[in-house]
Amino acid sequence: MSHTNVDNMEEIYRIGIDVGGTNTDAALLDSKLNTIHTIKVHTTSDVNEGITESIRRLLAESSVNPAQIRYAMLGTTHCTNAIVERKHLGKVGLIRIGAPATTAVPPLADWDDTLKATVCPHAYVVHGGYEYDGRTIVEMDEEEILDCFLKMKGEVEAVAICGVFSPVNTSQEKRVEELAKQVLGADMPVTLSHEIGSIGLLERENASLLNGALLNVIAGVVKGFEEALHTYGIDASLYICQNDGTLMYSEYALRYPILTIACGPTNSIRGAAHLSGLNDALVVDIGGTTTDIGVLMQGFPRQSSAAVEIGGIRTNFRMPDILSIGIGGGTIVRLDETQDQVTVGPDSVGYELLKRGLIFGGDTLTATDVAVKLNRYEWKDAQTEALDESICKRADEIITRDIEEAIDRMKTSSDPVDVILVGGGSILVADKLEGVSRIVRPDHYDAANAIGAALGEVSGETERIYSLDEMSYDEAKEDARSHAIEQAVLAGADRDTVQIVLSEDIPIAYLPGNALLVKVKAAGRL
Amino acid sequence: MRNHKLTELNEQAVQYIAVGAAVLGTGGGGDPHIGKLMAMEAIRKYGPVRLVSPEDLEDDALVVPISMIGAPTVMNEKIPSIQQMIKPLDMIEKELGRKVSAIMPIEVGGGNSLVPVITAAERNIPIVDADAMGRAFPESQMVTFYLDGIDCSPITMADERGNGVLMHAIDGVWEERMARAVTIQMGGSASICDYPVTGAQVKQSAIPHTLTLAYEIGKTLFESKELKQNPIEMLLKQLNGYALFQGKAVDIRRRTEGGFTRGEAIFEGTDAKKGRTMTLFFQNEFLLATEDGHSIAITPDLISVLDQDTGMPITTENLKYGARVSVVGFPCDPKWRSPKGLETVGPQYFGYDAPYVPIEQLAAEKGGAE
Repeated sequence: MSHTNVDNMEEIYRIGIDVGGTNTDAALLDSKLNTIHTIKVHTTSDVNEGITESIRRLLAESSVNPAQIRYAMLGTTHCTNAIVERKHLGKVGLIRIGAPATTAVPPLADWDDTLKATVCPHAYVVHGGYEYDGRTIVEMDEEEILDCFLKMKGEVEAVAICGVFSPVNTSQEKRVEELAKQVLGADMPVTLSHEIGSIGLLERENASLLNGALLNVIAGVVKGFEEALHTYGIDASLYICQNDGTLMYSEYALRYPILTIACGPTNSIRGAAHLSGLNDALVVDIGGTTTDIGVLMQGFPRQSSAAVEIGGIRTNFRMPDILSIGIGGGTIVRLDETQDQVTVGPDSVGYELLKRGLIFGGDTLTATDVAVKLNRYEWKDAQTEALDESICKRADEIITRDIEEAIDRMKTSSDPVDVILVGGGSILVADKLEGVSRIVRPDHYDAANAIGAALGEVSGETERIYSLDEMSYDEAKEDARSHAIEQAVLAGADRDTVQIVLSEDIPIAYLPGNALLVKVKAAGRL
Repeated sequence: MRNHKLTELNEQAVQYIAVGAAVLGTGGGGDPHIGKLMAMEAIRKYGPVRLVSPEDLEDDALVVPISMIGAPTVMNEKIPSIQQMIKPLDMIEKELGRKVSAIMPIEVGGGNSLVPVITAAERNIPIVDADAMGRAFPESQMVTFYLDGIDCSPITMADERGNGVLMHAIDGVWEERMARAVTIQMGGSASICDYPVTGAQVKQSAIPHTLTLAYEIGKTLFESKELKQNPIEMLLKQLNGYALFQGKAVDIRRRTEGGFTRGEAIFEGTDAKKGRTMTLFFQNEFLLATEDGHSIAITPDLISVLDQDTGMPITTENLKYGARVSVVGFPCDPKWRSPKGLETVGPQYFGYDAPYVPIEQLAAEKGGAE
């Protein structure tokens, strides 16, 4: 047969899985990114069991041929948990290229002793570093660096390298990487700080160290995911979700696990964008315990500009700008009779909602009971007669006001915005909110996170300081753009589809030559 | 309102001062975070630093201010070296042929409040509980020593490589020009000693007890969290301050001019200020606040923007749309209200077309302090 009928061509599917604290969600999409089926299971203590179970059910209930699934994407809280719980972290050796500068604050100065001992038995400050304009502060002394690696030998599982102003000039960090491999072997994993964080040495150094410490964790995740897929005969390319709403090849994720931190809310935002067809809106994701509000800008989540603490460690690598408030489907509602006051939360019955909620025959008044009593949502066999309507109305007023205020905080101007409601708890919300022009409740709203995980876009970004005395504004932006595009292609994007999705610049005070910090991000399809 | 005398700076004191210095930094002065880490590291290594009251100084004591000059962004990346914090002091001693009795911060607002701790700890000399601004200002001549005609020279500067520069300037304005040029060559951030003064001159010209003040402000903000009290009310009491406005940031415009970030931030009022609009004009620091077009606070009086929930200060760089803030104002040190003071740091110097009126007067005209 020389020509094939398009309709007979095999459909290609993709799986997206999002592992959250309470639930593991999975979604199956076709090649046009239509949602075929979604599944929700409890997150298990061995996370891989939940992942395996979700794949099993997805296949069983959708009857899709596993051989037709070509892409599999995973978003997971593994890495966040490892840092917060301080478990499974690997040992990292650190080289800071900075002496004689930077010696007033040694590496790990703001780490507690336990974490220091767990993660970083060897930290050295060696000669080198650059100025903000790329000039060399002092030359490196390679003998000094080789000595440091000899001291680490056999006592570290990874190396992190962080040089002064390396985001402006990457050469010294790259040379130190070569020296590391020379002493510690070609297989020694090395994290270069300029690939992880932005200007701000200590925060970037911390992020690089944490990245090195998470390499074992991410290796376990990727291996578990591969095995789960193989078990069901799925031979797919594996991608891991980053916290900026894009994907990375699993091989790339093995090198940059830190970029997976906080990808859950991001997946919900991306899923909400896809399901609603909107590119600029606020996304309100209401779960069992919290409501996460993020901002969708040109199809991607807005990034936070503040330094972020992860498990008590201050870092500065990009994170989605998310506002969380303590309102979810399981949030407990109370009446203080002496004060005649109704209070809402912040505690929640969490995943025990179907056992403890009043309408399910339990003993606790929850936000879900309130919503069902006020006919926001029809729950089969719900027992609402006994609920006090006036208490429910007052609780509803509080919930509405809190959500409205949080929405207002996340807006970028005082104009009304579109709001996309996702997550299982979105039934709590009335059909009208102050300051909101439209409320969109897309199909599959309770699996937006898994659908978001499955949407394949890969990205690259760059952040550099330019002197506008030496080049024009347009030349600086162009240089940053082309660098970001190369980074995206490196991460697996198809060059023809790469677009600039974020471009911003910040003038730097007290520097001559009109110094400008430029950040650009590019993303493209797989 | 001081309930005890602060006589030494330990790690806890440094943490309090860092927060208080950010409030007194009125939105600028650089993030005290690096200064705090440097100070804590020095105290861990060498022990706590003694703090002396200006009135306890001998009249002929030699007191030298030490600070960082340059871009906070650079200092957060190219953190200073330990040597760099000692060298300018060594050079001053060599030039003057005598030992320094104590060092002091040149400004209490922002990161420079804690910079002297490193030098003091390493050299085992005390820090004077005083500064020459009572807040943060962007230029070298904006100090009370300049107002009183005290010689700013000799001036010494150092970078991390070991370079040192010794300068004699005819006044603070020339110092600013020359020191800024040297800073650029040194990579955008340098350590500097200027205005070496006598104990008598400190008593005459410096603003006393400002490190203790920063400490008390920080302590109030930390404790109000524990006591679940309203931090902003407590602060206003402590500083004879005025609640200027509470509202939400709705528009922020920034641009760079002459190496400084200039801009305006516009706030819509909430609660008692519903329906009103406040504009804050900034140039690294917040310098002018207007409500519905009328001035409510003007430089050199202090304007601080605090997070409505925590009372924690927000810098001009970190102010974002949607921030819920309380804006508070405090009277500056009376020295700034003299004709020369206003010529040096008044609204006209910064290019604002508004006459200086003391904050107390503006509040009285509006119907008394709120």
